Amino acid sequence: MSADWPILSLTIWLPIIGGMLVLAGGDKAPNITRWLAVIVSVATFLVSLPLWSGFDPATAQMQFVERAPWIATFHIEYHLGVDGISMPLILLTTFISILVIIAGWEVITYKPSQYMAAFLVMEGVMVGVFSALDAMLFYVFWEAMLIPMFLIIGVWGGPNRVYATIKFFLYTFLGSVFMLVALIYMYFKSGNMEILGFHGLKLDLTEQILIFIAFLLAFAVKVPMWPVHTWLPDAHVEAPTGGSVILAAIMLKIGGYGFLRFSLPITPDASNELDWLIIAMSLIAVVYIGFVALVQQDMKKLIAYSSIAHMGFVTLGFFIVFIIFARTDVTGGAVLGIEGGMVQMISHGFISAAMFLCVGVLYDRMHSRMIKDYGGVVNSMPWFAAFMVFFAMSNAGLPGTSGFVGEFMVILASFRADFWFAFLAATTLIVGAAYTLWMVKRVVFGEVANHHVAELEDINKREALVLGSLAIAVLVLGLWPAPLVEVMDVTVRNLLAHVAVSKL
Amino acid sequence: METIYLAIVLAPLLGAIVAGLFRNQIGRAGAHWAAILGVAASCLLSLYVLKLFIYDGQQAFNGSVYTWMVSDGIRFEIGFLIDKLTVMMMSVVTFVSLMVHIYTIGYMAHEEGYQRFFSYIALFTFSMLMLVMSNNFLQLFFGWEAVGLVSYLLIGFYFKKESAIFANMKAFLVNRVGDFGFILGIAAIAMYFNSLDYAEVFGRAPQLKDATIQIWGGTAWSLMTVVCILLFVGAMGKSAQVPLHVWLPDSMEGPTPISALIHAATMVTAGIFMVARMSPLYELSETALSFVLIIGATTAFFTGLIGIVQNDIKRVVAYSTLSQLGYMIAALGVSAYAAGLFHLMTHAFFKALLFLAAGSVIMGMHHDQDIRNMGGVRKYMPITWITALLGSLALIGFPGFSGFFSKDAIIGAIHHSQLFGAGYASVLVTAGVFVTALYSFRMFFLVFHGEGPRHFESHHDAHDEHGGAEAQEHHDVKDEPTPHESPWVVTLPLILLAIPSVVIGWMTIQPMLFGDWFAGVLTVLPEHDALGEVGKRYHGQIGFIQHGMLELPFWLAMGGLFVAWFIYMKKPALALEIRTRFDWLYHALDMKYWFDEVYQFVFAKGSRALGGMLSEAGDRFLIDGLIVNGSAKVVDTFAHRVRRLQTGYLYHYAIAMILGLLLLLSIFVIA
Repeated sequence: MSADWPILSLTIWLPIIGGMLVLAGGDKAPNITRWLAVIVSVATFLVSLPLWSGFDPATAQMQFVERAPWIATFHIEYHLGVDGISMPLILLTTFISILVIIAGWEVITYKPSQYMAAFLVMEGVMVGVFSALDAMLFYVFWEAMLIPMFLIIGVWGGPNRVYATIKFFLYTFLGSVFMLVALIYMYFKSGNMEILGFHGLKLDLTEQILIFIAFLLAFAVKVPMWPVHTWLPDAHVEAPTGGSVILAAIMLKIGGYGFLRFSLPITPDASNELDWLIIAMSLIAVVYIGFVALVQQDMKKLIAYSSIAHMGFVTLGFFIVFIIFARTDVTGGAVLGIEGGMVQMISHGFISAAMFLCVGVLYDRMHSRMIKDYGGVVNSMPWFAAFMVFFAMSNAGLPGTSGFVGEFMVILASFRADFWFAFLAATTLIVGAAYTLWMVKRVVFGEVANHHVAELEDINKREALVLGSLAIAVLVLGLWPAPLVEVMDVTVRNLLAHVAVSKL
Repeated sequence: METIYLAIVLAPLLGAIVAGLFRNQIGRAGAHWAAILGVAASCLLSLYVLKLFIYDGQQAFNGSVYTWMVSDGIRFEIGFLIDKLTVMMMSVVTFVSLMVHIYTIGYMAHEEGYQRFFSYIALFTFSMLMLVMSNNFLQLFFGWEAVGLVSYLLIGFYFKKESAIFANMKAFLVNRVGDFGFILGIAAIAMYFNSLDYAEVFGRAPQLKDATIQIWGGTAWSLMTVVCILLFVGAMGKSAQVPLHVWLPDSMEGPTPISALIHAATMVTAGIFMVARMSPLYELSETALSFVLIIGATTAFFTGLIGIVQNDIKRVVAYSTLSQLGYMIAALGVSAYAAGLFHLMTHAFFKALLFLAAGSVIMGMHHDQDIRNMGGVRKYMPITWITALLGSLALIGFPGFSGFFSKDAIIGAIHHSQLFGAGYASVLVTAGVFVTALYSFRMFFLVFHGEGPRHFESHHDAHDEHGGAEAQEHHDVKDEPTPHESPWVVTLPLILLAIPSVVIGWMTIQPMLFGDWFAGVLTVLPEHDALGEVGKRYHGQIGFIQHGMLELPFWLAMGGLFVAWFIYMKKPALALEIRTRFDWLYHALDMKYWFDEVYQFVFAKGSRALGGMLSEAGDRFLIDGLIVNGSAKVVDTFAHRVRRLQTGYLYHYAIAMILGLLLLLSIFVIA
């Protein structure tokens, strides 16, 4: 495919327009709706592939750039582009979106066209977030994300969905308002909304700290970091399976992405000043949340808490860089931390999606997410059990699966910052395995717990396809992470070189 | 050569994939053929490579297979280091594995999940080979955790059994505690060496001999001590050393073939292999060596004691394994790496043999595992009896048998060591010989000799590791009045393992301990060379035996054997009397020193309580209750108040406007 094609625009607008078509089609012929949705999502994925194949890993410059005036009076532009940080996240989005559409196939009988449309629109908007280089455009996509997700939870969610949606909406909205203020402030300082321009913007320490905190509020809620995480378990529990998958696999990553695209390069000195705060919050997420996950009775809550703990590795990897810089006896390690955080984000995208889909498979059959309602699932669903154990092991960070790679890199990097960071982070090896395997033990293994479990049917071909593709992704990334690390390496190095220079 | 090494690793993996994924298409026989052919190919090739190393002067190979990742200047590789240590491990692992594969055909003949079992054990062989053939720390950790995964799957093979699925989770988690230390050790190496490649790390280790690391406050710790102890924590998990030993006895919930393969001969020795491989690092820290020595000696003696009071045939052997692993670890502690590895090898044969013999007895007894119910099995199962006898003699170190050479070398080396803790260790490992002989022959006599079987009819309510279809299976056979010898697929591996159990020590002591087999592989500083002291008095196998028979350990072994015979054969009433007289001791041993109870209370219950507290007090009360919903309430209350202002009465608004105007005016005036 020619490089002149507006690939990013296509990846954004194809699913959005496709979603509108699906919506317009209505629910009269649900099968056509579903097929149309799958075709759109697969087409989007195919369209996004050249981003990988045509990507030049040797440069940190933005690639596939598209630029056009949007609101010329305010110097706001339609400006898109990707680098080694955003490109893998876009592919993750287009990949997971296909699976979500397929996973909702016959499960969603209530207004399937609207359901499919919501996910397709969501997909386009999320790609927009990752590729926007104009802060205003970014903000529009950022907020636009809330609407489909709000609907997905609110319409197809569980019994307590109203509380969950309001909590989700207010939490995330509250955070992003401060981000908007920060963006507008920088707009007045620089005269445009160029994100890359903001990177070079001179800011004194007070300005940086205020901007940093504004960003932190927005991104910490999205990740989510302790202590602004409590919306996530509620949202997951009430969301339909597909909603949980998108939420965990992609939306959480937008917070991590924000730290790399905004916080670190725009406010390097403030990041340096306040890194202890983020590190503390990350380590609390890993340890505290790990223990909280241990006592959850609801599988989705457990996985939601596990997500928070895993995302703790991401923020830890991003913010230990300053301590590593400051140590004279250490050579390197900062790159490892950021790349580890990035790998962890991609890997968590696969694994959390798979875990939520596994719970979804059970929920579709039993209409319960409570651990105590299960037991001995392996007896009636051996293939499902094999997948579930595999993904549980990846969730526990078993080497050979993608779950290991990011954690390993972040632990190696954090050891360079401080022994105790690595020590606390590494407790996930024990605690993470404990909550995951304990759940597996109670749900999958054992005697058949009741006649509902005895009557369970093993996964069908559609479910096997979805779980199987995720298993392959988890395995490939675990056995050979080199290609992923390669595409981001130059970008990460460039970012660090920029961050290492004080703006003061 | 690289192709051969790849084939050695990939053949079992292929077998595992075929047996696992196509289990329904190829059926039972197809699965066992797939797995056995894979492992057999691997075994033959390993032996071929061994031959090249022994006779053809094959040089060590160190090369990368592919680059896993490059980040921050560190190359993370997957690659092989094939030297004489590796080749010895490969041969032992694949040979024992092959024996176990063949044995499994008989042992698991009536089980559900037959294909699954073959797939797992072939996968285990692959993982273990990756572990021993690695040329870097990353792949070592891969193999390390992969064998843990397969161990988890196999301990929980009877997934309906509550005790089995508890045991496998426990095994995995306790191992993870070890891996926690292990990964920190790897992180330290990555930090200070900027590489995870063995050759590079070992090459630069002497330069960092005096490097220090700050962990707590300003205290400087020796880097090598920290690294070695952290790595050793991993070994303590995998090789089940006190206090991380608690998972191994419970792992006996798995089918017997894997107890032999994984939990006796191979996986649990990974810790010993690892420390020996890291000898260039351990040599640089006497503190770490002392730590290793003390842990090993403690394990060797105290877990052996527990073996005396066990009544489950497999658990006796399991405690024996713990104790023998302690011996190997203790040997590493005094820098007698070669002796530790030598014992690893001899132990792999005789302990696999003993486990498989125990399994054969269990089959003969129709899945009764309680040795109190056995007795007189000898006349029904002659092959099992003779092989078990040979294995037991090897285990207690009867002169001339393989265990004699390896154990005597270890005790001798510890005796000659000057290291801190060597005196303590010397006493324990010497006394341990008596204990070993006592529990081994207690079991041997109770199972094979005397009248019996004692309670054969009660087998159906005794320990029964098998579930499901097997339960019906033994309804068909339970009326059969006597034990029976096992089929040839079971006895053949027993015989093939009995041969090396007897002769391998005699054959290999010279090159392995006192020759140059490990030259260039293991590093021993001259001042640590305790084994060298033993070697000075070594003049051939016969001389070694003669010398050994004049030493205390030999007499202790004979004493243990005699006491076992006297108590359990001659005067059976004595056992009960001793037990009542030393009730406190019996109780302590029976409760395994209360490790399980304490761990269960502190860690299992404690962490759940902590989690519950954080969840309730932290998340629900503090964050959600006070801050999130609290602020929502504040807004709500405030809104209620404010709403009252909007009364809708015009005169209210008018008054407010006038008051406001007055206020603004007065500000203007005053200002």
